[in-house]
Amino acid sequence: MKSIELARKARIHAVQIVHNAQASHIASALSILDILAVLYKNVLNVLPSEPENPNRDRFILSKGHACVGVYAVLAECGFFEKEMLLTYGMNGSILMNHISHKIPGVEFSTGSLGHGLPFGVGKALAAKKMKKNWRTYVLLSDGEMQEGSNWEAFMFAAHHKLDNIIAIIDYNNLQSLTTVDKTLNIQPLSEKLKSFGWHVIEVDGHNHDALKKSFKEARVVKGKPIVIIAKTTKGKGVSYMENRVEWHYKSLSANELKAAISELENA
Amino acid sequence: MRDTFIKELVHHARTNDKIVLIVGDLGFSVVEPFAEEFPDRFINAGVAEQNMTGVAAGMASEGYHVFTYSIANFPLFRCAEQIRNDIDYHNLPVTIVSVGGGLAYGNLGYSHHAVQDFALIRSMPNMVIAAPGDPLEMSGCLEYLVENPQPSYLRINKSGEPDIHKTKPRISPGELQIFKKTENADNLLLTTGAVLELALEIWGSNDELRDSWSVGSLPMWGEEFRNTIFNQLKPYKRITTLEEHLLSGGFGSYLLEIGLNVQPFYLDSKVCGAVGDQNYLLSNYFESKEYLINYLVKRKELL
Repeated sequence: MKSIELARKARIHAVQIVHNAQASHIASALSILDILAVLYKNVLNVLPSEPENPNRDRFILSKGHACVGVYAVLAECGFFEKEMLLTYGMNGSILMNHISHKIPGVEFSTGSLGHGLPFGVGKALAAKKMKKNWRTYVLLSDGEMQEGSNWEAFMFAAHHKLDNIIAIIDYNNLQSLTTVDKTLNIQPLSEKLKSFGWHVIEVDGHNHDALKKSFKEARVVKGKPIVIIAKTTKGKGVSYMENRVEWHYKSLSANELKAAISELENA
Repeated sequence: MRDTFIKELVHHARTNDKIVLIVGDLGFSVVEPFAEEFPDRFINAGVAEQNMTGVAAGMASEGYHVFTYSIANFPLFRCAEQIRNDIDYHNLPVTIVSVGGGLAYGNLGYSHHAVQDFALIRSMPNMVIAAPGDPLEMSGCLEYLVENPQPSYLRINKSGEPDIHKTKPRISPGELQIFKKTENADNLLLTTGAVLELALEIWGSNDELRDSWSVGSLPMWGEEFRNTIFNQLKPYKRITTLEEHLLSGGFGSYLLEIGLNVQPFYLDSKVCGAVGDQNYLLSNYFESKEYLINYLVKRKELL
């Protein structure tokens, strides 16, 4: 299966299970699904049969509320049975509504923003100290850039020349109540990150070829941590959700689910 | 106590290459022996405690036993959520070391008074609290933690504390250290942390009290060890606790919650905002020694 097909299938799982659980954050998950599909198909050195292989690349979802995207991709890749997806958000399920390390293939539980990057930086530093070649990838949200802990981590990773960590910022410019620009402006983001000593790559976060090229570029950078600013559309793939702030929280009704699946099946 | 901590940590790090020390830009003229002997396992994270704690958790998730080190509340309250979510929830071997527990940095003001630290840490289910009563208990606690890496909090006073034990005790969570034993097995004056010195001073100053109360220290405790502690302390009819902490969420409250018959003595909350050295603050915001002696003498046979 190619990454584009993986993203399409995972989007269908995502809308289905968010509808089943009447949960939130579907648009946040749709925003990152092309990035996740490229990571799991073309970039990360991970084995579904050995989720704890010591030589694996480490992937951390810092924007834990977008967990259904990761759950769907992990299930499609065979980390666990697809049927388990149907337990998402149900009482007693390990598939909770913010990403959980109790699930095979998930490194770290998040849900409160600003935790994934410092933790990932710690992993990258450990890899350097142990002289291991695996890399750490951390996927963050744009609104999450407002957390001070991330800027502590940006400083720290550059100071320690951690060229084995790749941060990806899902830049869809929508957060909980309105746009990022109107909430607490993070611009000029690229310049900020460059001035913090990171190698910055900007890319269309839905263009699979461009994403692959960006990750390839990230792998050859020496002496600096790498950040990929991925320009995305919140709700990508379901037209009535795209760029609509209400889909940060709203759940899909039966009719909305039908329309979403029909659109994704014909994509 | 802090010099002993570094000396002992250096000792353990010589045979355990997984020990890492991360400081939050503190420890001048204390941490150098570790930094010089293990430059690759010493990190100054700068004035950025949230990241320090997240990095520690990340390293711990790859097999390191990480010690974060700073003063009073800085490695605790500033990064409470990193401790809760990253360390405790993931059950990772990070030991948070706070120097100046209680009022050891009394003159430096409220920002430097760690008088609510137990309350924060003991609410976390996987955390073990180590609050040694003297430098030898500190060594015993550290030895236990190095042998059993886990989410943990080590509260150390500052410097100049006398050795109360004769040799380094074997310490494990929930196990009582008895210092002075009397024929009367009903009464226990119990402490956690450096206030042990005060308990022994009080005990030594009155014959009647000496004959009727034993003195004990509980250097390691936490949410997980409630049953062990209950069973050990159950035989005592009367327990009086002393602690350099507020009542809310403190050591005495912990024992009361377990269901033990405890009379806790603790810092008056008016200490928050007061300034002075440790002795000054203790004499103004803790029951006086005379009061405690009278209380203990009177309580020895009352329920």
